[in-house]
Amino acid sequence: MTYDDMRHFADSYGLVAMVILYMVLCGWAFRPNARKRNKDAANMIFADDVTGDDRDG
Amino acid sequence: MDSVVMRAGGWFALFLMTMILVVAAEDRGFAVHMAIAGAAALVMIWATLTRTDYSMLARGILRTPADKSRYYDDVVRWGVIATVGWSIVGFLAGLYIALQLAFPALNLNSEFTTFGRLRPLHTSAVIFAFGGNILIASSFYVVQRTCRARLAFPALARFVFWGYQFFIVLAATGYVLGITESREYAEPEWYVDIWLTIVWVAYFIVFVGTLIRRREPHIYVANWFYLSFIITIAMLHIINNLAIPVSIFGSKSYSAFAGVQDALTQWWYGHNAVAFFLTVPFLAMMYYFVPKQANRPVYSYRLSIIHFWSLIFLYIWAGPHHLHYTALPDWAQTLGMVFSVVLWMPSWGGMINGLMTLNGAWDKIRTDPIIRMMVMALAFYGMATFEGPMLSIKAVNSLSHYTEWTVGHVHSGALGWNGMISFAAIYFLVPRLWGQNRLYSLRMVNWHFWLATIGIVLYAAALWVAGIMQGLMWREYGEDGYLVYAFSEVVSAMFPMYVIRAIGGAMYLAGAVIMVYNVCMTIAGRQRAEKPMSDADYDPAKDRPIVAQPAE
Repeated sequence: MTYDDMRHFADSYGLVAMVILYMVLCGWAFRPNARKRNKDAANMIFADDVTGDDRDG
Repeated sequence: MDSVVMRAGGWFALFLMTMILVVAAEDRGFAVHMAIAGAAALVMIWATLTRTDYSMLARGILRTPADKSRYYDDVVRWGVIATVGWSIVGFLAGLYIALQLAFPALNLNSEFTTFGRLRPLHTSAVIFAFGGNILIASSFYVVQRTCRARLAFPALARFVFWGYQFFIVLAATGYVLGITESREYAEPEWYVDIWLTIVWVAYFIVFVGTLIRRREPHIYVANWFYLSFIITIAMLHIINNLAIPVSIFGSKSYSAFAGVQDALTQWWYGHNAVAFFLTVPFLAMMYYFVPKQANRPVYSYRLSIIHFWSLIFLYIWAGPHHLHYTALPDWAQTLGMVFSVVLWMPSWGGMINGLMTLNGAWDKIRTDPIIRMMVMALAFYGMATFEGPMLSIKAVNSLSHYTEWTVGHVHSGALGWNGMISFAAIYFLVPRLWGQNRLYSLRMVNWHFWLATIGIVLYAAALWVAGIMQGLMWREYGEDGYLVYAFSEVVSAMFPMYVIRAIGGAMYLAGAVIMVYNVCMTIAGRQRAEKPMSDADYDPAKDRPIVAQPAE
């Protein structure tokens, strides 16, 4: 593969593939049952803390 | 017993090897570095022999089994101490070279103390020693807590810590000795690069090993940021440092790239060091420590995921904006500019996510100086990620490039964002790691906050003025088409700004000294008797019932 071929690929299918991948990865957070999972994930860090929270929050 | 002898013998063999390399060395710097490696081997022999519990060995017990019900925090504790220690070294070096710019006599007429050698010492000390240590320490802390699992491979984690300190010592001494690849933020020579690669792979194994062992089904978003930092830095470091040494007994090497390709490789690395060393993992700290300290979950977990993927997909393209109006092809310059401008959005999305986490708890800015530091850090993250895209626009860059404006921009990001969020993380971690109720003094945190904030404001404002003035003076043409100002005139015009900047740096350093004292006293288990930061109003004179008064 020459540099030229690589550039043409990067300008066309490569770019499209990257954009689609990006959209899918971001869209994943918006799927219908993600709301509860996101909420759980955001609160997960408060479930633990053997050293901190129980003392001075 | 045999294993102790074997280990000490192995270190001794390593010591002998370094001595051979000292003798075979082709230049002074390489010999000094191998001598330092030899000294490190001797320390390891001493540690192996003295730190072994011989009474346990005699009873046939190889080592006390680790308590699996506790997190492995030794490395985190060492990392916090190293962070605090290196911060003073880095800030002091920065203050000194700032003073050198104002008063050149401070170069001391010695090759070892010139600005050119002390500057990489400063940048590496603050980025890799101060920043790197808090990143490694905090990542080990956060990954254990969010995975609810003990750190994988504690011995390897210890190697990561000590190996990384060894890298810092070799890098720092190398700069003073004049050993450099002259690559921005990647100055160490080939053998130090190889060592760092080994340490970094070990770091990756420890981190991923802990993720694999996790007891939580979901990997918390902070770990995504940390992991992308570890992987991307490995990629950047290896490719940028591809080089051929002149001799395996010498410190000099030549890059595998040449000309404009080399320049682009360097800034592809350089800007992504800013992205994946100074932004992404510090955001990981933000996504864990801000919610923890505010005691409320992150504003939008969904936004944090979009923030993550946007930074990953966009940042890697922004490097060419460091090479505007150079031999780099125009399309590449424009590409760098466009992606830098687009980056403004996810950056502000992340900042808003961090700030809005305090929604409903804004009063904590008044009462909790640690929250105050975090908010200031996020504010500076927002300012720096607005200023950066603006400076990357070609028209703006033609004025700002090569001037002090760039230096001011870097420092408002580094001092304001990286520094403040790191200090906040240190203040969060120290009482927890050493099992204290609270910090020695919250009021000292407040002093640290104000000294640092005013220091940054002085620093950034002075360099805005200096940079714009410098840029305008450079491009000033007279009627005959000659440049109006000589370079020396521009330099002398900047003297007052250089002094103000040094004062700002000194204030920042003073804040850090207060932090060292506060951290030391906290570790010692002391608590300062002081008035709390806030109290509910109480007036004893009014605290009584209304008694009916007879009419007169």
